[in-house]
Amino acid sequence: MTREQKKHLITVAYHVFILLLAFIVFYPVLWLIASSLKTQAEIWQNSHSLIPSFQWENYRIGWEGFGRFSFAVFFRNSFIITITSTIGQVSTSALVAYGFARVRFRFKKFWFTCVILTMLLPQQVLLIPQYVMFSTVGWVNTWLPLIVPSFFGLPFFIFLMLQFIRGIPHELDESAVIDGCSKYGIFFRIILPNLTPALVTAMIFSFYWKWEDFMGPLIYLQSTRLYPVSLALRMFADPAAVTNWGGMFAMSTLSLLPVFLLFVMFQKYLVEGIATTGLKG
Amino acid sequence: MKLGKVDLSVNNEGLAGYVFILPWLFGFLVFTIFPMAMSLFLAFTRYDMLSAPIWVGLENFETMLQYDYQFRTALRVTFTYALTSVPLRLLFALFLAVLFVQPRRGVGVYRAIFYIPSVIGGSVAVAVMWRQLFGVNGALNSFLMASGLVERPTGWITHPDTALWTLIILAVWQFGSPMLIFLAGLKQIPLSLYEAAEIDGANGIQRFMRVTIPMLTPIIFFNFIMQTVSGFMMFTQALIITDGGPFDQTLLYVLYLFRKGFVDYSMGYASALAWVLLVIIAVITAIIFKSSGSWVFYEAKGDL
Repeated sequence: MTREQKKHLITVAYHVFILLLAFIVFYPVLWLIASSLKTQAEIWQNSHSLIPSFQWENYRIGWEGFGRFSFAVFFRNSFIITITSTIGQVSTSALVAYGFARVRFRFKKFWFTCVILTMLLPQQVLLIPQYVMFSTVGWVNTWLPLIVPSFFGLPFFIFLMLQFIRGIPHELDESAVIDGCSKYGIFFRIILPNLTPALVTAMIFSFYWKWEDFMGPLIYLQSTRLYPVSLALRMFADPAAVTNWGGMFAMSTLSLLPVFLLFVMFQKYLVEGIATTGLKG
Repeated sequence: MKLGKVDLSVNNEGLAGYVFILPWLFGFLVFTIFPMAMSLFLAFTRYDMLSAPIWVGLENFETMLQYDYQFRTALRVTFTYALTSVPLRLLFALFLAVLFVQPRRGVGVYRAIFYIPSVIGGSVAVAVMWRQLFGVNGALNSFLMASGLVERPTGWITHPDTALWTLIILAVWQFGSPMLIFLAGLKQIPLSLYEAAEIDGANGIQRFMRVTIPMLTPIIFFNFIMQTVSGFMMFTQALIITDGGPFDQTLLYVLYLFRKGFVDYSMGYASALAWVLLVIIAVITAIIFKSSGSWVFYEAKGDL
């Protein structure tokens, strides 16, 4: 065998191996999609098969939801909660990150240490007292506990954007000062336009985390009409309601659609965001 | 200098700083510091949210350590879960990162495919799907039976020996983020190091063990801390896939805390649990940091 042939063989082996591995890793996703298009009987007989009989009916039945509430309601709720929170988290984090990166003020070191410490603090530790707080002000069974805290910056994003702002050349700030810009002006005219990649990265993560958030809605929401998709999906898993498997798989697949779409559109930002900050996905 | 007068103009930089960090500062005090103080107080009380908290001193902690066998189970299960899933996930991530580091055709697509589980893994949709995948009539049993490997289906989710493993596999499945982080790290290792090793006669495995691994240790270290901490926070999947069962074999810590707080309404006891969790995480982080001196290799360089 020539050197050339050997090299070729290794390349082929590499791709065969990776493709096999990719199939195993990706199988659960394919299985979910396939199951959403199977009949009730097909789902449980030869369950591992990935070839469905294309029962689009599952999507129609699943969409009807529970009682008076269809998935149109749940999706609308999810979008409202997620989009408002995302706007809040990204915009306030940008302000705070700029403050720490480019402005001099007293006790800055101390406050920044606090940001890092809160970044490491598991939010679950605050579960009980926050619930007591929000129930005292009458926010239980509203979206407020899920949305309002997003308007006060997220330490992870503050850190991400801070790193990014440090990479923007100081000369830009200085020339803006000569043109008469204040610290506020610099933020809006210089930093914000240059911060776009970091803003996009934060936006996607924020969207993902809020879209998939389950614990928050589970604790704070009681009325079905307020449920986001994540909580509604769980109603399918309720042992009392286990009849509509096709609908369950269909709505599960549908709930992942926005996540997939964002992934396809902004893959580059995600990969870079993770690689530079070590953010969890 | 202005004495006795506060400069409120846009040119006051010290003031501008506080204006910019104000959102975070307010949130920090109201949504972090105040709740933490409240939680510390509640940890020493009995509180059901209907009547005022009753001060009980150390009672909650005594109960936990002396009588609460579920607390012990939760600790054991959580440690098993974190110490199994995190190393496995990191190993898998490193393995794939090494496969993808050289630019080959299709690597971009492969990387995306392997990253997708990380993106969707935390969702309820995947948890619901996982429950069926490993269910008695699910795809795994169906495959095993069709290929003649087993005769009868196993209840992976309902059997005490395997239930936790379904959660561990789900955690390992989400290896995408550490994979990308490793990939970024691998690309930063200077080629000259490999060339030098090659001249010294190192083979592929030696180059990996003596160059790649030492150069990657800071990243492995960082990942190890972050993932262990998040391993302790696992909740959604444990609730939906196994609901802590069977026989509490998947009763992860946060799930237990949730039940004490929001099912039993023992808010005082749940607060005590939360503080114990915080201490455990702080200790683990400290141990990893302390031990890092002996195995983490930092390249000498200036500040970032």
